[in-house]
Amino acid sequence: MKKSTLLKNGAMLPLDDLDILDYSVFTTELLQAKRENARISAYFARPAEEDRLEIFALMSRDWQEDFLLLRTSVGRHFKSLTPDCPQLHLFEREIAEQYGVKIEGHPWFKPVRFHQPWRAGEDAWGRDPAQHPVPGDMEFYRVDGEEVHEVAVGPVHAGIIEPGHFRFQCHGEEVMSLEISLGFQHRGLEPLFVGGPHPATLHQVEVLAGDTTIGHSSNYALILEALSASPAPPRGKAIRALALELERLANHVGDVGALSGDVGYLPTASFCGRIRGDYLNLTAEICGSRFGRGLVLPGGVGFDLDDSLRNQLLKRLAVMERETRGAIELFYESPSVLARLDGIGLVSADIAEAFGMVGVAARASGLPRDSRMHHPIGAYPREYDQLVIEERGDVYDRANIRRREIYNSISLVRHLLRNLPTGEALMPQRPLAPDSLAVAITEGWRGEVVHVGLTDSAGRFNRYKVVDPSFRNWNGLAIALRGEQISDFPLCNKSFNLSYCGFDL
Amino acid sequence: MLKIIPERLRQGHRTGKFPKEEPVLPERFRGAPLIDPNRCQSGCTECLSACPYGAVELKGGKPQLDLGRCLFCADCPVCPHGAIHFSSDYRLASRTREGLLASAEGHQLASALDGQMKRLFGRSLKLRQVCAGGCNACEADLNVLGTLVYDLGRFGIQFVASPRHADGILITGPVTKNMRSALLETYAAIPAPKLVIASGACAIGGGPLCDSPEVNNGIGDLLPVDLYIPGCPPHPYTALDGLLRLLGQL
Repeated sequence: MKKSTLLKNGAMLPLDDLDILDYSVFTTELLQAKRENARISAYFARPAEEDRLEIFALMSRDWQEDFLLLRTSVGRHFKSLTPDCPQLHLFEREIAEQYGVKIEGHPWFKPVRFHQPWRAGEDAWGRDPAQHPVPGDMEFYRVDGEEVHEVAVGPVHAGIIEPGHFRFQCHGEEVMSLEISLGFQHRGLEPLFVGGPHPATLHQVEVLAGDTTIGHSSNYALILEALSASPAPPRGKAIRALALELERLANHVGDVGALSGDVGYLPTASFCGRIRGDYLNLTAEICGSRFGRGLVLPGGVGFDLDDSLRNQLLKRLAVMERETRGAIELFYESPSVLARLDGIGLVSADIAEAFGMVGVAARASGLPRDSRMHHPIGAYPREYDQLVIEERGDVYDRANIRRREIYNSISLVRHLLRNLPTGEALMPQRPLAPDSLAVAITEGWRGEVVHVGLTDSAGRFNRYKVVDPSFRNWNGLAIALRGEQISDFPLCNKSFNLSYCGFDL
Repeated sequence: MLKIIPERLRQGHRTGKFPKEEPVLPERFRGAPLIDPNRCQSGCTECLSACPYGAVELKGGKPQLDLGRCLFCADCPVCPHGAIHFSSDYRLASRTREGLLASAEGHQLASALDGQMKRLFGRSLKLRQVCAGGCNACEADLNVLGTLVYDLGRFGIQFVASPRHADGILITGPVTKNMRSALLETYAAIPAPKLVIASGACAIGGGPLCDSPEVNNGIGDLLPVDLYIPGCPPHPYTALDGLLRLLGQL
């Protein structure tokens, strides 16, 4: 009897092929896999018969280029795995909040997004299930003592950014602890996908995190293509990859500009602010929307490129590359800038590993994690080897990862534009397979974006799970602040630039 | 320092010429709709069911598109007979909710503030932005207004850090249950008289999140809205155009 299943990115499997393990066997298998360097990419539940929950663990085995999938069944109480596997701590809290289950022995058991439980019954924290919870209403970690004070910021911040609440425990100017409470952006998206795909589902996927529209919509398309066994044609895949790299470029360039602004170095801040818009405008040339709305469709892409548009994009890219390099190198050649970034907001490789961090922040701490390399799909070449890593995990390294990735992405965009496969860009879709599960992972600009779709007997979604890279990385930001000055917070925050709504969903 | 100067010269002067010159938008940009009721087939109601957001209505048998509900979807299949197309006209903002109803005659562009309000805000408007569930696309394209291309400051408009410094509030997002009280408290902290601006399909009517139990479907009756800026997200020029019309600068 097989205990667990291995599958590849963009694969589908009938749920009957996946055994429901005893929780104890599930636990042993999961921890064993973790010892063998697998890490949690998604961990979620769905309601099963008689008040029970089924839990699915999707573990990435990066160097084997596949995923281990485990499934178990639990009742209203079960033992927490977080003490043995800290990567799970938010995933377990999420499950408790969604289904009103108590997870015994969880060391940091608090609500995540402050919504009512999705199924009738108790609330995990004994709150009135008929009342909508108050966001941020929980016990915050506190430090007491002489000259110790608390700084509370948000949810409404000073700039044009999304809302979140931050509590700093400080001794003088030094931050001893930062706790981040999110949920203000919670829009209840995952339940909206149930019973789908609906006509609005694609548009809702596009706003999971607006700056990662291509990342999320690519995953959604992959899920539908896997479940309907009707893959996108090569040309469609190439245009998606092109859009994904343009998304990465716009955001990375914007982040370098924002960091520059926070350091008070205005030339790069103003140049990059504009150049970011130029990259968004390239996406708009392809599909009419600066954020790539409507570009990625199940089965391919909604907009094709003709030769004249392609040449025009190549010409503009050549000019933009010179301007981007000019603006960015100025920043990295200024000693006063480097002095401000150096050694600030350290996240060690061990911490990044323990919390299961992904993307830019993980690579800055020395973890080789890039799903374009480990789980290649679509137009990414089999031998994708442009993985960028740094070692110390400070603000400088997180910024430098962006600089190096910007240059890589520019050459990748050029390569994709010059070598567009011929043929159709969009293929018709078939209905979805019933009682099946599909997995899709895309390396969004922040890090790996994970979607898992499960269908019912009629081929409609009965659970659709989204894991934005921000979900894994917000803890990294909290850790980065330890022992730093509160004035370093803006720099640390920008160097992570995490999504609030991607976390809150 | 010596490297900054040649780089500054090479990057050049980039402030846009708007509003003296019309901006050049991408060919595939989807802006104000062109509605041709002559193409309507009698008895056909396909457009009513084709839009998942209910943006189309038939008024006296003629189609009417609600720009506040419309996401300007790329694959808009709303009329199989081609009665509704999208032009590249970025001018969408309106002062009233009804003004967003576009018919064959177009929609009602935003008019200027009158009397005392225009005297107060016409040459200097400070706005506090509140993201109430926005996906960060609206927010990103509002931030862009501060970059040197759009250079909002030259029109006397500025986003400020505190509601106490603000003349109005600009809201994005569908107003999640979890942001509702923070939004109302921020509004209350702005000294009167004050303006309310709803930016993006979410803030106007819930956008793609419409009818999620966790959102309020936009500002609705929570606050009196003075300017609606449609789009998902609105193009920076759509927002800039709306703001300048509100202040009587266009």
